[in-house]
Parts: sequence; C-alpha cells; structure tokens
Amino acid sequence: MKPLKLLGLITVIITGFFLLYGVNDMPRWGDTNTPASVHVSPYYIQHSQADTDAPNFVSAVLADYRGFDTLFETTVIFCAGIACMMLLRKEEDA
Amino acid sequence: MDFIVSKFNYWIYIIMMMIGFYAMIAKRNLVKKIIGMNIFQTAIILFYVSIGAKKGATIPILEAAHHAKIPPESIEVAKYINPLPHVLMLTAIVVGVSVTGVALALIILIYRRYHTVEEDEILRQLS
Amino acid sequence: MINRYDNLIIEFFCRIIAAPLFLFGVYIIFHGEASPGGGFQGGVILGAGFIMLAIAYGMDFTLRRIREKMILFLSCIGVFIYGGIGAACLLWRGNFLDYGKLPLPVDSVSAIRGLGIMGIEIGVGLTVMGVMISIYYDLIDPGGIQPDMLSGEE
Repeated sequence: MKPLKLLGLITVIITGFFLLYGVNDMPRWGDTNTPASVHVSPYYIQHSQADTDAPNFVSAVLADYRGFDTLFETTVIFCAGIACMMLLRKEEDA
Repeated sequence: MDFIVSKFNYWIYIIMMMIGFYAMIAKRNLVKKIIGMNIFQTAIILFYVSIGAKKGATIPILEAAHHAKIPPESIEVAKYINPLPHVLMLTAIVVGVSVTGVALALIILIYRRYHTVEEDEILRQLS
Repeated sequence: MINRYDNLIIEFFCRIIAAPLFLFGVYIIFHGEASPGGGFQGGVILGAGFIMLAIAYGMDFTLRRIREKMILFLSCIGVFIYGGIGAACLLWRGNFLDYGKLPLPVDSVSAIRGLGIMGIEIGVGLTVMGVMISIYYDLIDPGGIQPDMLSGEE
C-alpha cells in the first residue's frame, strides 16, 4: 500500500479509538431522561397544539418557535443555487 | 459486552464516520472525496437523530388532534420522541445538499480546465 | 441538440406518473402541519418531478414547460414570501415573525399562527423547487460540446 494511504489509515484508526473511548459518557439507546429531552423539549411537546394549531411538533418548532433559523436556511440554499449559476453558466446562456 | 450492546448505535455511526473520513483523505479521485464527505455528513445526522429516541414511543405527531382542543397537561411527554434533533437535522441536510452542489460545480470547472479529475495528474500539470 | 431518450417504456411511464407526482408534492407542502412533511420535503418532490421529465424527455422539452428565466425567479419569490410574511407582522405592532398579530378572519390566535406556518412553508417549498431544478440544469451536459468550445489550452 502506498505510504500516504497507510498514514491515512493509521490516522483514521487512532481517531476512531478516541471517539469510541468517548462513547462511555453517552446515554443509552432509548433512555427517557437524557439531557436532550429534559429542558425545553417537554414544553414544545405539551404546548404545540395549544399555541399553534399544528399537531406536528416538528413543523411547529421549525416554522414557529424557531422560524428565524429557517429563514436563513432558506437563504443558504438560495445562495447555493446562485453560486452554481455563477460558476457554470456561460454568457450566451442568459 | 454491555458496553457494545447497550450503545450499539454509537458504534455504527462512528464506524460510518471513519469510513467517510478515510475516503476524504486517502482517495485520489476528486468525486470520491465528495462522496466521502457525504457519507461523513450522513453519519453525523443519524447520530444526532438517534439521541432523541425513546423506548416505546411513537412519532412526534399528536394523535387524534386535528382541530381538537387538548389541554397541555394531559399530554404524556414520554409517549412521543424528542422533536428537537429532527428539526436541527433538517437544516443540516439542506446545508449538505448545498455544499455538494457547489462542490460538484467546482469539479466540473476543474475538469474543463485540466481534462482530468485525478489529484496527482492535476498536481503534475500545475508544476 | 439534446437527443430524446427513445425508450418507449420510460416515456410512457413518466407521462403517467408526472402529474400525480406534482400533486403529491403540493399535498405534502400543505399538509405539513398534520402529517409528516413540510416545506423542504415537498419542494424536493416538486423539483424531482421536473428532473424526472428532463431525464426521460430531454432538457429542451422541460424548458418549454418552465422557462429558464423563471426557475431562479421562483426561488427569489419564495424567499420574498417568507421575509414578506415576517415583515408584515411588523406593520401590526408585533415582533418580526410573530404571526399572532396579523388580522386574519379566523377565530383564535392559534389558528392565525397555523395559517402563518402554512404561508411560510409555501415560500420554502418554492425556493427549494427552484434551486433543485437550477442546480440540475447547471450540472448536466446537454450534449454536443466540441473540444474547441472548451476553455483552457490543450
């Protein structure tokens, strides 16, 4: 195997070992009181139907509680379209 | 053994991440590097979504609630999975699509200029 | 310029499946509140409908259905719908993107917020559809590129 690919493989294995060592602190699969599900997520689950008439919690959080993030995410995908257009369209295509 | 079995999802996602990482740094074709970046990104998205899973819970849509008035305190939180990682990962998926699109456009421009997409041939033409 | 993909089965199948696919995309955008879906998902399905027509029939056939100038213009309109609903909330003394203050003729504040969510998803869906078609149109090779048309020296 070429030396650079061998060096890449060794780096990947060492990084994998460090990440797997950190898995010790992560919560179990299917735990109900992980730190991610305790602080603001019960409020979203309980009050979504009362505040907005949307049974889907994901849509309510995405478009109402965190609507500002979605606005700039839409801008990001629009900028990607503009960037592709600027890179690849020739003058006579306009 | 319990270390592997109770946290098996993190093991799978870390292996996927390392596969994508290896493809990004060790392959010589530019398109294969972009595919490696996509694999890495998919592993990260799955990792975040799996944090919000709960045992015996259903999808994050309120049952029997279209145009119905349900008081907020009667909803059991443990019956629905956590919607927050799903919301954040929607943004991540969209960013991934954008980056892949622009990266492929740049690869097309490189191909038009150097007539190859292998990294070492490009370096040879540059020097 | 572009060769029609002369395979009868693919053309026949695409002609049947294209119109229900667009309808399904619009259904997913509008029912984002009550079932899985929303703006991004519906926009991708709408864009995929056009891309399927382009793969089966050729890009000039698809460009006769939606003109090339309109594709990125649709994306701009989508972002403007989103920002416009947000800025319209400022006119009625609310915060930016605070849908409770819009004077829509429905019963309760939560219903107004529900309609605000629906308007926003329409904007997001239009933007994503336009960008998908535009990126596909930029990346494909329409055929017939001669070597002397390429920039760069041999």
